[in-house]
Amino acid sequence: MLGKLTIDALPFYSWVAMGGAAVTVLCGLLFLGVITWLGAWRYVWKEWLTSVDHKRIGVMYVMLALAMLLRGFIDALMMRAQQAFALNSDGYLPPDHFDQIFSSHGTIMIFFMAMPFMTGLVNIVVPQQIGARDVAFPFLNSVSFWLTSAGAGLVMISLVIGTFSTAGWTGYPPYSGIAYSPDVGVDYWIWALLISGVGSTLTGINFVVTILKRRAPGMKLMRMPLFTWTALCSSILMIFAFPALTVVCSMLALDRLLGMHFFTNEAGGNMMNYINLFWIWGHPEVYILILPAFGVFSEVVATFSRKRLFGYRSLVYATAAIALLSFTVWLHHFFTMGSSASVNAFFGVATMIIAVPTGVKVFDWLFTMYRGRIEFTPPMLWTVGFIVTFVIGGMTGVLLALPPADYLMHNTTFLVAHFHNMLIPGVLFGFLAGYMYWFPKAFGFTLDERWGARSFWCWLVGFYLAFMPLYALGFMGMPRRMEHYNAPEWQPLLIVAALGAMVILLGIVCLIVQLIVSIRRRHETRELTGDPWNGRTLEWLTSSPPAPYNFAVLPRADEIDAFHEMRKRGVAYKRPKHYADIEMPKNTAVGILLGGLGFVLGFGVVWHIWWLALASLLGVAAALIARAFNDDTEFRISAAEVEEIENARYGALARAVPKSVDQPSTAAEPLPGSAA
Amino acid sequence: MKQQASTGRSLTQYLTGFVLALVLTAIPFAIVATGAAPRAQSLAVVTVAAVVQVFVHLWYFLHMNFSTTPRENILAFAFAAILILIMLGGSFWIMFDLHSRMR
Repeated sequence: MLGKLTIDALPFYSWVAMGGAAVTVLCGLLFLGVITWLGAWRYVWKEWLTSVDHKRIGVMYVMLALAMLLRGFIDALMMRAQQAFALNSDGYLPPDHFDQIFSSHGTIMIFFMAMPFMTGLVNIVVPQQIGARDVAFPFLNSVSFWLTSAGAGLVMISLVIGTFSTAGWTGYPPYSGIAYSPDVGVDYWIWALLISGVGSTLTGINFVVTILKRRAPGMKLMRMPLFTWTALCSSILMIFAFPALTVVCSMLALDRLLGMHFFTNEAGGNMMNYINLFWIWGHPEVYILILPAFGVFSEVVATFSRKRLFGYRSLVYATAAIALLSFTVWLHHFFTMGSSASVNAFFGVATMIIAVPTGVKVFDWLFTMYRGRIEFTPPMLWTVGFIVTFVIGGMTGVLLALPPADYLMHNTTFLVAHFHNMLIPGVLFGFLAGYMYWFPKAFGFTLDERWGARSFWCWLVGFYLAFMPLYALGFMGMPRRMEHYNAPEWQPLLIVAALGAMVILLGIVCLIVQLIVSIRRRHETRELTGDPWNGRTLEWLTSSPPAPYNFAVLPRADEIDAFHEMRKRGVAYKRPKHYADIEMPKNTAVGILLGGLGFVLGFGVVWHIWWLALASLLGVAAALIARAFNDDTEFRISAAEVEEIENARYGALARAVPKSVDQPSTAAEPLPGSAA
Repeated sequence: MKQQASTGRSLTQYLTGFVLALVLTAIPFAIVATGAAPRAQSLAVVTVAAVVQVFVHLWYFLHMNFSTTPRENILAFAFAAILILIMLGGSFWIMFDLHSRMR
């Protein structure tokens, strides 16, 4: 009846694990309790959980990402604490538990922090940046979100029921095979990735179509804002890379469930092919995450340097070149597997080549800043911090691209330091910059700048303290993922790294304080114009938060930086003569239903509860068919309602303090009403 | 009427495609299940059947051809083909290289 699920699945094996389970359950209950206490279930269900509005879905993605950032960071703190103490002792974590922690840290940070954060920002911003009213497939968007959440839910529930994988976030066989990992941990890992991976593939399809088909009139490809360009390239990578992950995870699942031998050592299996296939997805994945962050930096650096982006074309070509080259370097993740010198040399050289377009981008950002009137707002701080730190990480990457050097550093903390040095400044700083940059667009009030700056400095200092020692430790020969060690010369550096993690913790606390302070002061920092930063691209034309339809009348984009040019010409806030009815997609509960069924399906397969898995699979099919026969999926906002919303918007504009366009030579466009 | 005619035509197309796909799946299965051919020949047949099936899908289900398909779709397909070549070719290169070194 319940498959492998028994009472022993509860984490009674250690106090630390029980504490983790208790905190997880309490946080979940607290979240549900707060909604109940506010009496907001109806509102949350109708306006958020069933929403197909890209802005709402985007906000939910970012909320998911921030929650998972907390979880993943607690894992990191626990590892740093363990290694700081575990010289000639067992520390406080048993090896099996320590292994679960580093596996879940990596899995969560990549799949359930960085991916949703990226998708969330793309969701909120891209349709507005291209002057569209929604994405091409709004319902699919909701399904993608709920499938991602289902995957995150599986990782979270593994804390309470059963255990998580101990095979690292990459899950290499033979260790992740049934012979060496007979418990449910690897299955949780596989099904979390499979289910959320489907969501990511669908997101990729959705945004490629949205960007190619839904652009405002006049917006040619070479007039798209840079963030949209990076979102396009990243979506294309998602479409082509994620199937590799789906295939490799399915094959591992078949090995484990049906006794097949794709990656075992018997019956013609080849575990090296797992590593090969995994990284065919894995390397493009790095760029799926980092390209949109590059896009954020491009927007931020132009806005806060008060200049047009330097080298727009070169940035576009560099983005496209990186996207293609990202498919030609995957072997550098396993130089030590034993390929011949020519294979290793090819992939080593390809890896060095991919650094070139990235270098081009760095110079473009620097030249954008050169002689600009830079304002050091929090998004700009993250950007400057990124440029400096990322270049260091890039150089250690080129070092690791040399196969002979890689043989020495492979599997040491040098590698750990290197990829954190790429992903923390490159991805996380970028997304946090985007979060602080576009928060007023999503919510209509600005985030507190002082707490933002404090958070930045804590993250930056904490990052250097936490990871520079790991570079040194790598040279000293410390392998990654050590539960305890007996080399006394490592301990001082590991203590410094642990202190660095504490400083990053302060940075996270500052982020939380910033959010609370900003929400409490929201009436003072209300953003009436929709354009808090003197922005340049079309998303700043809408009100903050935007109307459900974003644009009452679709804008024309005849130049790069369309909004900036409109304001220079004084036509940005021109009232249209009349409004037309607008058709918008209806909210639907099918998205959350499919996510829920996906979660139950995963849970059923993990515990071998076959009737449950089969039932949820049939439920998925039934829901999809029912949805396909539903033709009544849109509703009409009448012209009168649009006019009412827009009148309120123009009323707010008239009350706002007018901002001047940057070029001093051009007369500022007066906001409507203020000129009179 | 015109609508009906076109549905009729595409239904035949879909059915032809479906039958071809079934046959192209049945052949490799049968050969492997019965062990009728030696290993090398079986591998060759499986590969050829798979590649032909890809084109059956493109032709009958996705209606791709060189006359009516818009140019950007052909370009997108060419891009996909390049990436698949990189992934497959790279994998073969890597795995056969390893294989030769394991001997």
